[in-house]
Amino acid sequence: MELTRRDATAALAALGATGGVALGVRRTTDERRGRPGDGEELPDDEAVRTAMTAVAETMYPDAVSGIDSFVGAFLDGRLDGSPHGEGIRAAVAEVESAARSWDDAPVADLSPADRDELLRELGADVAEENPDGTTAERVRYYVVNELLLALYSSPTGGELVGIENPQGHPGGAESYQRGPP
Amino acid sequence: MSGAESVGDERSAADADADEAIDRTPVADADVCVVGAGPAGALVADRLAGDRDVVILDAGPRFDPEDRLARQERAIRPSYGRPDVWGMGGARDAHETAGDRTYPLNHARVKGVGGSTLHWQGMVMRLHEEDFNSGSERGVGPDWPIDYDDLRPYYAEAERELGVSGASDNPYAPPREEPHPMPPFEPSYSDSLFAEACESLGIDMHSVPNARNSEPYDDRSPCVGYGTCQPVCPSGAKYDATVHVERAEAAGATVIDRAPVEQLEHDGDDRVTAAVYATPDGERHRQEADAFVVAAGGVETPRLLLLSASDRYPDGLANGSGHVGEFFMDHLFVGAGGTLDEPTRQNHVGFYTSACDQFYDEADESQAPFKLEFFNYAGPSPVEMALTGDDWGDALAERLRDGYGNHVAMGGLVEQLPDAESRVTLADDRTDDRGNPVPRIEWTVGDRALDTIERANEIQVSILEELGADVEWVAGPDATGPAYHHMGTTRMSDDPDRGVVDADCRTHDLDNCWIASSSVFPTSGAMNPTLTIAALALRVGDDVAEWLADGS
Repeated sequence: MELTRRDATAALAALGATGGVALGVRRTTDERRGRPGDGEELPDDEAVRTAMTAVAETMYPDAVSGIDSFVGAFLDGRLDGSPHGEGIRAAVAEVESAARSWDDAPVADLSPADRDELLRELGADVAEENPDGTTAERVRYYVVNELLLALYSSPTGGELVGIENPQGHPGGAESYQRGPP
Repeated sequence: MSGAESVGDERSAADADADEAIDRTPVADADVCVVGAGPAGALVADRLAGDRDVVILDAGPRFDPEDRLARQERAIRPSYGRPDVWGMGGARDAHETAGDRTYPLNHARVKGVGGSTLHWQGMVMRLHEEDFNSGSERGVGPDWPIDYDDLRPYYAEAERELGVSGASDNPYAPPREEPHPMPPFEPSYSDSLFAEACESLGIDMHSVPNARNSEPYDDRSPCVGYGTCQPVCPSGAKYDATVHVERAEAAGATVIDRAPVEQLEHDGDDRVTAAVYATPDGERHRQEADAFVVAAGGVETPRLLLLSASDRYPDGLANGSGHVGEFFMDHLFVGAGGTLDEPTRQNHVGFYTSACDQFYDEADESQAPFKLEFFNYAGPSPVEMALTGDDWGDALAERLRDGYGNHVAMGGLVEQLPDAESRVTLADDRTDDRGNPVPRIEWTVGDRALDTIERANEIQVSILEELGADVEWVAGPDATGPAYHHMGTTRMSDDPDRGVVDADCRTHDLDNCWIASSSVFPTSGAMNPTLTIAALALRVGDDVAEWLADGS
């Protein structure tokens, strides 16, 4: 099932192109800016897209195609200089830092198995999302759940699991009346 | 993330700078001061603003409409609790609960321009005729000093003001004089499944009125199916009171946000003279006016009256009866649900489209009125499921497919009787961010309501079993909770010894002070209260206008 630019637009329509839940992250991102530190600079937009696309290939089911353009278009809206966008950038930097430390390669160059392992080693699988929490909790919030939210609030993502008008997507007031396809 | 952090984090430095530029000083020569910018206060203000100088004070902020998608994301993400969506919590909203049942107050209200209609579900039924005469018709509780016929034209007007989608297919509804302003939402697919089961059991289903646009109305969008009605509608299809606040402002009213009223001052002639309110800069101001309308909901309204105690009124303002804060009521939730072996198409929208009022008027001394609802949002939402758990990729997709799709559920509301021991008082030694005693809630529920929950459960389970469902949960007497409808704490009565306000919702003790709120309900019925709040508010608006026209 192919993700399209329309899906990305739909996800942005659901989640907002600016700020995400920025109401709650303004203070913390300022504090976190540069946290990956040790002289490392935060990744630019292109590097964030590359890393997030690589992570999405692990997050999304095999049946999904078009991940590259979907994630790119979604991040076009989210990486807008808002505190939430900068939170994504900082969390990606932490994922990249771990990849280079543990696997000597950027996350996009890792095999699918190694990428999966990296995220689990970071603790992002068992962590509860928290924009102000530990590394694992921030990666869960800004990377893992960011990507899962984008997919499963889009029509194609919803269809994958049986609902073409998922919560958060303004898919009209007709689908609830229809029986199963 | 706690609500307290959320409230603080919502305000950036830019917001603070903007705050400094906002004039929150009192309005000179105001005719009417309205305390609270929820639906009641908004409708009263809109009613009066064209002809009178009106000031609305609200404890909470004016929310930016541009933030609604961000608030929706908060509603979906597991990191945020329900109070975080609209910034509830922290010292401003501190409270105490006591008694048998915990009351989750900050889940149950929103402070700010629009009030709790910002997070409500938007169901708008009229009370039944017998609800106004519970004592004489059912043998329990007081009668209201007004009848359904007194409120009937105001109900019709309230439906037009809020924008209600509905049909006249409910044989159990009270008489109405005209169709709803908009056609109803069509029944859901799962309604059609329920319909077969109900038909074979002889149980009637009918449409349900929604304060949600089924077509463009009042320059607002029709519903576009975001599915997060409660707690936030990003499209504006669901009515909220910002509609009437903005209309009142356009007609000349002044809105002062982040201005909690701490006290109502009075003179020696039983008149309120000023509302004393605080502002974010730490200052306190006095808003004088000829007339005052307290519209701060079923908890903050009695709290403000109690906080306004003086030498002349040592037990609190308008409390000659001693009943301010007593008879706190909510509706009891009753529900049951399970799964079928076929798809049920849930969670496309966040409201329900069919209900059953068939058993409502069976109410008597031992059985409370209750209504039944057929949910369109049973079981988990896949996107919310996706954000928790330790799986991703194919395993996650498989879990979502397994977890979503076959759920069905019914809900309902049950009346609780007024009980003086169920009440809102002031906490003895806990204060809010401005040093005022916080509300203390003692919520008790009597046997009539608990027995009725069992009766409603029996019907719900019988319908689900007829449907072929595997019944997996029942919210019975032990698992029930409040529907977040705060009622009864400044009850209406013709007798000054038995009530706080008269039949016009004016306080018995003070000539120029009205209360527009569900706090005036002597009994609660089992219908969602907001349409009745709106109808009463419009009526209060007329009474205040008449009083002012008569030269105060």
